[in-house]
Amino acid sequence: MREFGYQRVSDVADAVALLGADPDARFLGGGTNLVDLMKTGVERPARLVDVRELPLDRIESTKDGALRIGATVTNSDLAAHPEVRRRYPALTQAVLAGASGQLRNMATVGGNLLQRTRCGYFADVTKPCNKRLPGSGCPAIEGEHRNHAILGASDHCVAVHPSDMGVALTAFDAVVSYETADGPGELPLADFYPPVGHTPHLETALPPGALITGVTLPPAPVAALSRYRKVRERASYAFAIGSIAAALEVRDGVVHDVRLAFGAVASRPWRARAAERVLRGAPAGGETFAAAAEAELATAKPLPHNGYKVTLMRNLVVGVLTELAEEAAR
Amino acid sequence: MTTVTTGTTTAKGSVGTAHTRVEGRDKVTGAARYAGEIPFAELAHGWLVLSTVARGRISSVQDASVLGMPGVLAVLHHRNAPPVETDYIGLLGVRPDPTAAVFQHDRVPHVGWPVALVVAETSEQAREAAEALVVHYEEEPHDVAFSGSRADAYPLDAHMPAVSEKGDLESELAASAVVLDAEYTTPEEHHSPMEPHAATAFWDGGRLEVVDSNQGTTWVAGELAKMFSLDPASVRVRSEHVGGGFGSKGLRAHQVAAVMAATILQRPVRVIMTRRQMFSLAGYRSPTTQRIRLGADADGRLRALEHHCLSLTSTVHEFIEPGAGVARAMYDADAHHTANRLVRLDVPTPTWMRAPGEAPGSFALESALDELAEKCGIDPIALRVRNEPERGPVSGLPFSSRNLLACFREGAHRFGWADRDPRPGLRREGRWLLGTGTAAASFPAGAAPSTAVVTAEADGSFTVRIAAADIGTGARTALTLVAADALEVTPDRVRVRIGDSDFGPAMIAGGSMGTRSWSWAVMTAAGELRERLALGTGVPPEGITVRSDTSAAIGALAQKERHAFGAQFAEVAVDVTTGEVRVRRMLGVFAAGRIVNPLTARNQFIGGMTWGISMALHEEAVRDQSSGGHVGADLAGYHVATHADVPLIEADWVDDPDPEDPVGIKGIGEIGIVGAAAAIANAVWHATGVRHRSLPIRPDRVLPGATGAPHA
Repeated sequence: MREFGYQRVSDVADAVALLGADPDARFLGGGTNLVDLMKTGVERPARLVDVRELPLDRIESTKDGALRIGATVTNSDLAAHPEVRRRYPALTQAVLAGASGQLRNMATVGGNLLQRTRCGYFADVTKPCNKRLPGSGCPAIEGEHRNHAILGASDHCVAVHPSDMGVALTAFDAVVSYETADGPGELPLADFYPPVGHTPHLETALPPGALITGVTLPPAPVAALSRYRKVRERASYAFAIGSIAAALEVRDGVVHDVRLAFGAVASRPWRARAAERVLRGAPAGGETFAAAAEAELATAKPLPHNGYKVTLMRNLVVGVLTELAEEAAR
Repeated sequence: MTTVTTGTTTAKGSVGTAHTRVEGRDKVTGAARYAGEIPFAELAHGWLVLSTVARGRISSVQDASVLGMPGVLAVLHHRNAPPVETDYIGLLGVRPDPTAAVFQHDRVPHVGWPVALVVAETSEQAREAAEALVVHYEEEPHDVAFSGSRADAYPLDAHMPAVSEKGDLESELAASAVVLDAEYTTPEEHHSPMEPHAATAFWDGGRLEVVDSNQGTTWVAGELAKMFSLDPASVRVRSEHVGGGFGSKGLRAHQVAAVMAATILQRPVRVIMTRRQMFSLAGYRSPTTQRIRLGADADGRLRALEHHCLSLTSTVHEFIEPGAGVARAMYDADAHHTANRLVRLDVPTPTWMRAPGEAPGSFALESALDELAEKCGIDPIALRVRNEPERGPVSGLPFSSRNLLACFREGAHRFGWADRDPRPGLRREGRWLLGTGTAAASFPAGAAPSTAVVTAEADGSFTVRIAAADIGTGARTALTLVAADALEVTPDRVRVRIGDSDFGPAMIAGGSMGTRSWSWAVMTAAGELRERLALGTGVPPEGITVRSDTSAAIGALAQKERHAFGAQFAEVAVDVTTGEVRVRRMLGVFAAGRIVNPLTARNQFIGGMTWGISMALHEEAVRDQSSGGHVGADLAGYHVATHADVPLIEADWVDDPDPEDPVGIKGIGEIGIVGAAAAIANAVWHATGVRHRSLPIRPDRVLPGATGAPHA
């Protein structure tokens, strides 16, 4: 394997300064994705800046009722946190639906948002991939794409974002905080992942060299009744082929508030705003839920071998919203 | 001189009682060393470089720049590697797969073909240089498209004839009240043992030694001797602990490359396959397309049975997956036609993988029987009872023992089969539809000649030496119990040493024949030793040693249909809105001769059944038609069942005596997977009313047509 430099930092400013503008340097969090990619040669960083000892490992409620999650909080700690479980149960469910206990003990919130697609072509350096090697082509479009995107993809890339956590965070309007040499900044998660277009290798809107310092969840009473449902090809330790984070608040039989996001259907966690528009103010019932699903999936462009995802997502929307409505009625 | 007594201190009958593995403590504490972690002085490390094209010629290997990289000692490829012999027949009666005879020419027959070995002082240096090595190819168009409609398919005889035909199929089909005609497919599947293939080769005093992870040291030593034109006595192969094999651990590219490098460098060289390399270098189970036609009277009695199985192989070596063979042992019909055919593509050569032939063949045949039962309106077990043959359906030979129906009786009782409503799509629990299914299992019970050496030591203990392989099965422990009983002593006085070709020729751990074959040799030698000790002669300091060779005894066995049998049961839950299938419980009841060690036997059966879950629901290697190579060739992309997929599995057995068999042991390594996938697929039909004839039963296959409403 290629030799690389390794530096451990305990201060955010030092971390940002150490990484500098070096395109061959990477921040190392839990390493559960980056280290794998280094083994397979997809990532060949010259330097790693280990950020795990930064003082970003806390989850705190802010005065305005938001929940601020540090970037180095582990998935396990996030899932177990009492405030997360009480106020955003779908986030806990999403995290626990991902990976394995060992991986969740290592993986961090910041790293989770930056993990790379599990597209088999991306992971194999002997094959073309526009995301890994811009301009080399996307063999998945004509090849194996059973678990690829049905929404928001382009002719250049049809890979999906693998995160479960990110789907719940997207549903709950999370805002990402970061630090750069020029000072701090913020990005709503909705704007964090740019559209694929013809630049699938540009995966985030973060400025170069930026370090994610945390994620803030604004107060969302609707999230208290929320659910994450993940469908995968085995019962555990597999990425989603379709997932949904949903929150529902029903008043007098009418949808008062709703949050809906899809996983494993696009290059990013997919906020289902068209569905939410149909749902708000409509009767909380099967017909509304089906109409909402149709509205969101109207723009779906399935490939020859992933059309099942349209059916799957429609069923998940109806199924999970129905469960939440029943729970709300209890 | 001491006197050793046997008999009087005996705890009679260790065989049949549960014993934990004799090497269990070593394994769980890490004291047991595996081939890739045994230290050697002056060890160099080889890293294989595999082709990235599916067909063509190597035009150049740019080794000059790599030779200057840190630690690099050598780069072996087709222009500088020593020639090896491939024109020979090995222990198992077949020629070597040329994939193992590395670097002999410039042709590339598939993606993942070994094109070079980079040897360096450290594994990391070897890998870095191997990944930096540039190889140029003259690429040619490739063909990796496997389908049932290939016009270039041809029948191939292997360890069984390709074709068997009895009776007039078309007229019996025409005369049948009920006819089934269906196609079943199974995907490319991989062994994926936990321990990757690893070998260290070195020369010691004019002898070639290889420390390896394999399924038979006699086998691999013999192959290496022939390939390198060496006196068989000058090759020693050891393989003490093996972390799974499943058919993949014979002679492979890594051993041959290690021997070449050790010979050139005159120092120990280790070559380990990466998990990704194993997908093209370790063999695999071919995909199959199977067509089954059944014709039956209204009461289910079979008039016609046709089973055709198509599999694939490489362009360099013929290996056939004989899926149609299982029908030759299981069911008779007035017209009985079976055929195994093959198509050659630009892909790696497949090989034996747990229950070769029977695993995919039973999925098709036992699914078809379930479909026929549905069409006839009779219970699936009753259908099998109605078609239980008196003699081998094709051979006409008597069965040595056949207790399939006893397995079904016991299994049905325990599983609660009598309460089953046969109608599909009726049972619901929340979002899940529930169903149950069953299938029969069988696997041949063969034996092959082996030798064993048993020594009465002066201290009153006994040492057994046999070139057996314990690939995780518990064979070492089983042989300890067998030897103890033959010597009429307690097992703690017996030490069994295995995994060393210097112990004399022995059968491999394969074909479910290992423990049966080795036990025969151990019983023979130990029995003779006991008789000699019974004469009262003392034991000299060097001990008393008796050798056995079972060649003549096995040759004298009467011609019979010898098989283990079993009945598989599964209950599944299916969410037809998401396509998820979960197995809720499984039960397997087997008739597999004398069970030597109930603890490890149960482990073997349950392991096979667990693999059946994987086969039914998860396993599938995906080949990219454009590149000709795999997509997702690792254990994240290639799914096997996780703990969460494996429910309560029970395995048990019924008495299966054969008084004419001198050992009474049948193999149990493979039958656990046979029929398991069919039982699950049949249960999915019972749950949903939808037949799934293609494995794995993935969510995307369950989703589109799955409405919960029964249909044909």
